[in-house]
Amino acid sequence: MILHPTVIGNLVGSSITTGMVVYAATYGLQILKHWNIESGAELQLILERKTYLISTFLAFAFGMQLISLFLFVFTADRLTPLFVGAMCAAGTLNVNAFGYPTLLLKILNFVLAGLWLVLNYADNQGYDYPLIKWKYGLLVVIAPFILLESIMEFAYFIGMKPNVITSCCGSLFSSENATGLGSEIAGFPPEPMMVIFYLALLLTLLSGLYAYLTKKTTYLYAILSVIMFVIAIASIISFISLYIYEIPTHHCPFCLVTRDYSFIGYVLYPLLFGAVVSGMGVGILNPFIECESLRLILPKIIRKSTLISFSCYSLFGLIVTYEIVFSNLIMRG
Amino acid sequence: MIDWIERQRYIIDFTLSSLLRRKVKNFGLLALYTLIVFILASTMFFTYSIKKEASIILSESPEIIVQKLSAGRHDQFPLSQMETLKKIRGVAEVLPRLWGYYYEGGLGANYTLLVPPVTTNKNGIEETTDSITSVENKENAPDNPDKPLFQYNDTKLKPGTIIIGQGIARTRNSHVGDFMPFRAYDGSIVGFEIKGILSSESELVSSDLILISEQDFRSLFGIGNDFVTDVTVAVVNPHEVSTVASKIVNILPDSRPITREDILRTYESIFNWRGGMMIVIFSAAVLAFVIFAWDKASGLSAGERQEIGILKAIGWETSDVILMKFWEGAVISLTAFFSGAILAYIHVFFTGSLIFEPALKGWSVLYPHFVLTPFISVEQLATLFFITVIPYTVATIVPTWRAATIDPDSAMRHSGD
Repeated sequence: MILHPTVIGNLVGSSITTGMVVYAATYGLQILKHWNIESGAELQLILERKTYLISTFLAFAFGMQLISLFLFVFTADRLTPLFVGAMCAAGTLNVNAFGYPTLLLKILNFVLAGLWLVLNYADNQGYDYPLIKWKYGLLVVIAPFILLESIMEFAYFIGMKPNVITSCCGSLFSSENATGLGSEIAGFPPEPMMVIFYLALLLTLLSGLYAYLTKKTTYLYAILSVIMFVIAIASIISFISLYIYEIPTHHCPFCLVTRDYSFIGYVLYPLLFGAVVSGMGVGILNPFIECESLRLILPKIIRKSTLISFSCYSLFGLIVTYEIVFSNLIMRG
Repeated sequence: MIDWIERQRYIIDFTLSSLLRRKVKNFGLLALYTLIVFILASTMFFTYSIKKEASIILSESPEIIVQKLSAGRHDQFPLSQMETLKKIRGVAEVLPRLWGYYYEGGLGANYTLLVPPVTTNKNGIEETTDSITSVENKENAPDNPDKPLFQYNDTKLKPGTIIIGQGIARTRNSHVGDFMPFRAYDGSIVGFEIKGILSSESELVSSDLILISEQDFRSLFGIGNDFVTDVTVAVVNPHEVSTVASKIVNILPDSRPITREDILRTYESIFNWRGGMMIVIFSAAVLAFVIFAWDKASGLSAGERQEIGILKAIGWETSDVILMKFWEGAVISLTAFFSGAILAYIHVFFTGSLIFEPALKGWSVLYPHFVLTPFISVEQLATLFFITVIPYTVATIVPTWRAATIDPDSAMRHSGD
């Protein structure tokens, strides 16, 4: 256990989030079971009142979840000097078995929390709680993941022992050492990956534009935006990082958030997450377009969401292209 | 978008005027909140900047220090083994060091005695360098990057003379030209003339330092000519430091190489631990404050209940009341957070953290006087936010919701009695 102030901050935040989400989920279950908007029973009145509390709780908890992902990576990066061989967050996360699972859960929960917020926003626009069962259904799905994440995070920080020799990012993400997930992605040859990245980006943007203009093929865009997200992460490890670091062997996705590279990760990653959450939001809202109380407002929300996702991906593409064009590293003759 | 901003603006406007109507209650809360943020922020700013200071100083320290161990204890290093170290591939330079501590009974203080290292110049003549080790503080002397951290340029150290640090000069009230008595290892009293006093810029590292000639050092402590305290090893390629260190252990099994990273890591751990400890202790205060905030927020006065009742009767929705309460919390939180942080900044960097100094810095008779270089980062502010504002906000959500879901008629009816 390391009594670093930022570690304490992380643990405080994660306990609070978990407490709130678990509390909200128990009411979510009641709502799923007993909700009946037609009824005037006392339970229904209590539940209607509780929805205000719960949505405030969750808006807060999930808002915090979004910040905590970045705080977590930040903390991992800051603890680097305490571990022999760790050179950035990649090494620190590898200190014990819980580091990477926590990170993956945080990313998953980030996306789920974002989706829940989109659903909540749409639900609040209708007068008769049109999406309430879906919303609390999703909450009941999210809650165990949040709980698990919190347990993992505690295990990770408590199990930390300074001076454990950990593998530094140079070996974990290097293409020579072909074990572990990180190495396999780094092993993708940069040039084909670059072609895939730009093709996928072009396809996603075109379909986004089409969906925005014609209000059709929104599902296609939602699916493409998820695929694009995965490709973008893989591309960061495979070739984007190379151009930013200007070192042909350095594939680490975490060094992007350090001062040495002017914190560019804090621009790129939020753009990606924003794009995937709003892109998936389009897909998740689309089935409810026929809903009586949302008939007028929902198409607008979907369009707005498409536009946000489209802009995030475009900006991401522009920044990446800028970095590649103006990089001092030249990979081709 | 414009509509949305306008709406928030009107609500903030309303919130501010309603906060000002209940001055005493809200200023009490605000003062307490600010105090909590101030205490935590001071702790964090202090530990972070002292860590920063240590890492700047240590970044120029020797790459490897080799000590001899005897029965697990630090022992004198035989000069004969220096040649063995020099033969290791990758080693650029091996320098002997002579240093030790001297306890001055009268003052109850420990001095650090150091013999300035000797290097061989181009003509093969041994000379004493005019700067001690290669400790340099580049951040403080941007105009002259090669300026050593402490200098004694013009005064050559002859046997029988010493140069002392500011802390010793201050405590003993000594001046250049005075004689300072020492009790040698055999009980005899030796006096050395003070030839100079080290600059005050370097006090953090040189407060308790005494520079002494090699001959005097050996006679004072009775150390034979074949031994030194330890040796420093400079390595050509910084990536090879750990390899060289492991080679040293192989070749000289009774030695202990300490790398610069080891020292840096240890400092980092110590100050993280001290800062974290303080925060854990203060978390009791945070908890008390959170309970207080909960209580304040749930104990609505009759006037407030009536106000909410009327708002709802004239058409405010539950979510509007929650929004209003949210802005109320945000105004109080942000005011407290920023004023607390600014006060802490002043406290730590301008007044030398009067309140926490003894606990965080450690304690000694010859304690250096120094001003910390202001250093704060987003990380500190984010952490501070997570351990103060977020618990406060959470504590007020439930009371807020209770207040916002009051039925308008019952709120107005009860207010009369």
